[in-house]
Amino acid sequence: MPEGFERGLLARITRTVGEHYRIIHANPLSRIGFWVVSVFTIVAIFAPWLAPHEPWAMQYDSEGSIASLRPPSLEFPVGTTHLGYDLFSQLILATRTTLIIGAVSGFISIVIGANIGLVAGYYGGKIDEILMRLTDVLYGMPFLPFIIILIALFGRKLEFVILAIVLIIWRTSARVIRAQTIAIKQRQFITAAKARGCSNLRIIYRHILPNVLPLLLLYAAFNIAWSIITEASASFLGFGDGTTISWGGMLYELWLSGKTRVAWWWFAAPSLCIITLVTSLVFVSRAYEEVANPRLRKR
Amino acid sequence: MTDTNLLSVANLSVGYSTSQGVVNAVSDVSFDVRRNEVFGIAGESGCGKSTLIRALLRLLSNNGVSTATSITYEGEDINSFSDDKFRDAILWKRISLVPQSAMNSLNPVYRVGDQVIEAIRAHRSVSRSEARERVEFLFDVVGLQPELMRSYPHEFSGGMRQRAMIAMSLALDPGLIIMDEPTTGLDVLVQEQILRRVREIRAEVSSSIILITHDIAVIAEMSDRISIMYGGKIVESATAIDLFESPFHPYTLGLKNAFPSISVMDNELISIPGTPPALIGEESGCLFEPRCPFSDATCAQILPQSHSVGEMHQVSCHRHTDVTELREKASKKSTWHC
Amino acid sequence: MALLELNNVSRHFELRPGVVERVLRGGKTRVIKAVEAINLSVAKDEILGIAGESGCGKSTTCSMVAGLLPPSSGEVLYRDRNVGEMTSSELNDHRRRVQMIFQDPYESLNPRFRVSDIVSEGPRALRLWGEREIEEQVAAMLAGVGLPAGKYWDRYPHELSGGERQRVGIASALVMKPELVVADEPLSMLDVSIRAGILDLLKELSRQRNFACIYVSHDLSILANIADRLLIMYLGQAVEVGSVHDVIKNPKHPYTRALISAVPVPDPRVKRSPPKIVGEISRPVDPPPGCRFASRCPHADQSCSEVFIKLDTNSPLAHQAACHRLEQINSEAT
Repeated sequence: MPEGFERGLLARITRTVGEHYRIIHANPLSRIGFWVVSVFTIVAIFAPWLAPHEPWAMQYDSEGSIASLRPPSLEFPVGTTHLGYDLFSQLILATRTTLIIGAVSGFISIVIGANIGLVAGYYGGKIDEILMRLTDVLYGMPFLPFIIILIALFGRKLEFVILAIVLIIWRTSARVIRAQTIAIKQRQFITAAKARGCSNLRIIYRHILPNVLPLLLLYAAFNIAWSIITEASASFLGFGDGTTISWGGMLYELWLSGKTRVAWWWFAAPSLCIITLVTSLVFVSRAYEEVANPRLRKR
Repeated sequence: MTDTNLLSVANLSVGYSTSQGVVNAVSDVSFDVRRNEVFGIAGESGCGKSTLIRALLRLLSNNGVSTATSITYEGEDINSFSDDKFRDAILWKRISLVPQSAMNSLNPVYRVGDQVIEAIRAHRSVSRSEARERVEFLFDVVGLQPELMRSYPHEFSGGMRQRAMIAMSLALDPGLIIMDEPTTGLDVLVQEQILRRVREIRAEVSSSIILITHDIAVIAEMSDRISIMYGGKIVESATAIDLFESPFHPYTLGLKNAFPSISVMDNELISIPGTPPALIGEESGCLFEPRCPFSDATCAQILPQSHSVGEMHQVSCHRHTDVTELREKASKKSTWHC
Repeated sequence: MALLELNNVSRHFELRPGVVERVLRGGKTRVIKAVEAINLSVAKDEILGIAGESGCGKSTTCSMVAGLLPPSSGEVLYRDRNVGEMTSSELNDHRRRVQMIFQDPYESLNPRFRVSDIVSEGPRALRLWGEREIEEQVAAMLAGVGLPAGKYWDRYPHELSGGERQRVGIASALVMKPELVVADEPLSMLDVSIRAGILDLLKELSRQRNFACIYVSHDLSILANIADRLLIMYLGQAVEVGSVHDVIKNPKHPYTRALISAVPVPDPRVKRSPPKIVGEISRPVDPPPGCRFASRCPHADQSCSEVFIKLDTNSPLAHQAACHRLEQINSEAT
């Protein structure tokens, strides 16, 4: 055993984090994406302390009148709504909601998708058929009617938004990971693992999973991006959670106010945030695309 | 250089530019191929033998650059030909190639016979029926029944596909055929059939053959003269018999030790320690030096020159004069693994 | 008592036609008879070589011996115990005793595992020892294959050469101290100058650690060097068995004769004159009864396509060939 080679848990975590850091920073695009996502994450974490005002508190200007529909200024960097609400505060707090929904939905959906893909791909046969029929059924399920029904039945709650998103989004990653599992299980090192005495479960989670990990992380980033867009769409159409504010919700309120043509700042800020965050996530996923498919790497 | 030389290559070098620097795949290689001979080039993977051939036939990939003092074929300086002229006048017509993994070189969606016919008609203006007659003749030469012309590549076994590629290489009556690992991956009996065919063809057709392989046994049986390549250079050249009876270069000595023979059972095999060189960047001294048990101070610093040690026998080694002592030491395992 | 015995072992694979073929051509299920009724035995401490060309069934036989594939019929007996009837705890124990070394050093190691993880995997999966003990055993094993732990412990496969990778593969098989090692063409993907070292390593380790070995290869030159006994297979059937010296110097079966004389010799002064065998190996799909070499055999007669001789494992040291025309062939030659 080499001297100084730490095998403790902390050391393993540091090493893994280091590896991923290197992967992401190898690619200029993903480096940019990573920093952008980090900024958003920090904003989301410290949102309540960063937001100067309450999101739904009427703001007054220095002359005492309601600061309604003000364009961006030093006092209100993103302007105000028709009711005088500070959009900057709203934006910051919405960042937190959006990121939470995105991260949670993305994470749950990738966990479900990965497990289904791994199990279906590895065992094949009846198990594979049943799981894939299930996936196909969900492929056929249209998102909007589904979420409408959920909301109609159970009300506009955050949990149902997340549930609806997860149920739609896990299917693509399941298919893709199943395909890669099938490819990997034919490889000789899996036969070798069987010969060494590994059980099926051990092979799936200890031997195959690390090899689909790049693909998995790629789809994790995608899933988070899709979740964000889906949530924004749902909120924009009025099906989001009513009690918290999200970027899509901000656009919904803009639409409700009828001031879309007038208040360009109200429209621009949340939209830009959505586009920027989603694009950055896709950039980050590019780094894993190269790991998952080494042929994409430059000579 | 006399009239008996079909092909003369002088100082051929090939470099690939990669993100890690220039890879000197072939360094300063010179050799001749005479008329009516089988010239074998032996070496392990990475020694540069396939790159050498691709450079000769101008089939290098984009990041490869080849330079040579001269390359003459039948007295003509083909190195100065433009790429177009080379492709028209030389490739397939006067020098043809049976490529490595020939089995994968056939287009799966066309019939085998049609592919050979098209190859002929691309280089010669003959009618389709004339080309077909020629292909029937060629199939017969390589031992394939003419009905098989109508088959698709996937219906052919590995051995049959190889024969089809040999037929294609003979199509335009070239004076020189280059065979790159012609029997690698084939079963023993099929290999024997193919090699037997090649010998028969050679007797009938009087082309010369350059045979490239890592299989020492095949090259020993088939070649008239052999060159051994290591690290992009030719380290020893001799007639086949001379090379086996009087090897000079330590690498040759090592290969002899490492190669099992079915006729000499139970002998102790001795491997060569170390790994092949990386070929990147500037070289100084002999590339075999890190693995050579006989290296001395000059070996790592000065590039060995080619010395003539017998009739048609050259070796690139500083210590060729001590060969009797080297041969004796090389037969002991302790020399190589201490 | 033989360590391992295969009695009348066959392995078939079914080729079921797709829907289209069934509709259009009334396709019926075809059967690939990859291994047909072979008998073989391995004593402890011996190296049995299995040779043959592609399609002969040697890899399938390997998988059956290693327990990766059950036989379609016949029994695989390990220490007189039928592997097919073992309980799961017996099977776990069996796994430890019979291990396999694989052909492709570039594919048989998990690219995401470090060398230490690869070699530790067997003992961990079978829960042989505690973590501390596993570390010590693995370090000792790595040293035993010439890869000092200080340098190789946390390397990844892609950082290693082919020869080094194959050593890791050998270490991961031997760390569990098996009694029988099945080596499936372990040298064919390595450079020539490296092969001798690995072969030597195997010979030495098998002597040191007292395990029997089944060495499968198409390369008779290597088998001539390492094996004690040799079994020749053709298209799923066992055609000849005997000591390696007997089989190579005095081959009896027409196929063996052709095979041995077709092997090129690395000496230009030696001239061979192998018999001319026409045709190619077919796939063992729906093969005819009788000897499968009959269609290509220069000495075959009518009875050859009907009768098939099986090698007798009761006298494992004898030199036998699965041909009932041996006497006639010899008398024809003289």
